[in-house]
Amino acid sequence: MSVAPYPLESASAAPADVLVDCRGLTYSYGRSPVLEDVSFTVNRGESLCVIGPNGGGKSTLAKLILGLLEPDRGHLAIFGRKPRDSRTKIGYVPQAMRFDPLFPIAALDIVLMGRLNHLKVGPFSKRCRAIAQAALAEVGLSGYEKRAFSDLSGGERQRVMVARALACEPEILLLDEPTANIDLTIEAQLIETLVSLRHRMTILMITHDLDLVSAIGDSVLCVNHRVHRHTLPLSGETIREIYSGRRRLEHDRRTRHQQGDHSTCSHD
Amino acid sequence: MTDLFQDFVEAVQTVPVIRYALFAGLVSSLTFGVVGSLVVVRQIGYVASAIAHSILGGIGASVYYSRVYELPWLTPMLGAIVAGLLSVAVIGWVTIRFKEREDTIIGAIWATGMSAGLLFLHYAPGKNVNLESFIFGNILLTSWSDIVATLILGIVVIGLVVLFYHKLVAVSFDEEFARLRGVSTKFHYFLLLTLTAMSVVLMVRIAGLFLSQALLILPAATASRFSRSLALIMIGAVGITALSNTAGLALSYQYDIPTGPFIVFLAVFFYALSFLLKRKRA
Repeated sequence: MSVAPYPLESASAAPADVLVDCRGLTYSYGRSPVLEDVSFTVNRGESLCVIGPNGGGKSTLAKLILGLLEPDRGHLAIFGRKPRDSRTKIGYVPQAMRFDPLFPIAALDIVLMGRLNHLKVGPFSKRCRAIAQAALAEVGLSGYEKRAFSDLSGGERQRVMVARALACEPEILLLDEPTANIDLTIEAQLIETLVSLRHRMTILMITHDLDLVSAIGDSVLCVNHRVHRHTLPLSGETIREIYSGRRRLEHDRRTRHQQGDHSTCSHD
Repeated sequence: MTDLFQDFVEAVQTVPVIRYALFAGLVSSLTFGVVGSLVVVRQIGYVASAIAHSILGGIGASVYYSRVYELPWLTPMLGAIVAGLLSVAVIGWVTIRFKEREDTIIGAIWATGMSAGLLFLHYAPGKNVNLESFIFGNILLTSWSDIVATLILGIVVIGLVVLFYHKLVAVSFDEEFARLRGVSTKFHYFLLLTLTAMSVVLMVRIAGLFLSQALLILPAATASRFSRSLALIMIGAVGITALSNTAGLALSYQYDIPTGPFIVFLAVFFYALSFLLKRKRA
């Protein structure tokens, strides 16, 4: 299947409840395809967990959804528009470990970054500050406004990042491995925060954490160059297949077309 | 110590050169402290060094062309500003376009600017140029017009930082997220480089080309060891720069030491002292 990028006419025909519409998406770094002929949709209010082995294309998929990368082929529409034009409706939580932990900044100033698209020059408005404070309170960090980022624990830093995403007033919350490198107690607090959010917004979450998947997810998208969607709960056999690499999803596309299979995952 | 202080106060009151040097040091401290703090948190000290060194090309070209074509308005300060902006354009483009090779390419730009400057100065007709005053600075050559120029440039720099503070901080902390929220990361990177270049140009008179980036970075690095707030780091850096400039001027006047290098030496001393104080605290 070869589809021109962003045929918006057809995207506009998608139901209003389809927030992410991905069809036949292919992306390569150089000559190596990272994602090949990927198709899936995400509906409003859904919580979709994206799992798969390292190097399988999970973070690349997130960057494509955010419009930070342009697909080589295929159709990807977010809210029926180009990803780049829908960025402000997505609250993005990147992996916390990539930040300089000694950067001299207060928690509230980080959360206020979620309101940057409402700022021209000078200080933030009172409304923006109120929204940022409410976002901090929502993740259980009320009173942490002036605390330095470097003084926070790993879990508190991660919750500040979730608050920053909430300050965007997003319709989709996109999280990239939110529980990576945090301990079990903090993970439980974060799961509690995300459970309270899942009823209010659409959640797309990249994770290796199967506890998080079972607590938050409605369904699971296994990404390993191609994708395959699973309903929950995942069986032990399926989990083993995903992470042992047996579900490498690499078989010939022509075979699937001959079989009339239009899903985007091969089945071993 | 009291005698030294009294002598210096007397010199400030009676010797215009010392008074102008003190004013220039205090006025420029504001710019250096604020911009230096942004340079330190963004971790682009080596870019500031490259800009500082490549400015010699502009100074050399201005001296050469002003003498060859008799252009009295083409001052070394103007040449430094043009070269600073040119190196910002090239270095900014290189760091955005060739990220994986940026240190090599910036090194080449650094060397090109310096080589061009030395060649221009070598072939400039007329009497020999006092290269030392450009390279190591001479705050005692400060004139009243220099102070006015420093003040105007300082006000412009501080005004831009105040206007774009939140976006400059956001781009420094998390460039990708800032871009997702509609902030032009390229514009703000070029803005920070331009502020850096202008600060370095201001500093040429005080510390010279080679030592200017040290005075830009060291006070902010010292202040950052004691504070976890960027605003407080800026205030601390302004104070340390002002103290280095004033104490450096007073001591160099008293003991007849070259002023620019001694000011930088004091900034290095305060930075080293911060490690001892921090260790005592722990």
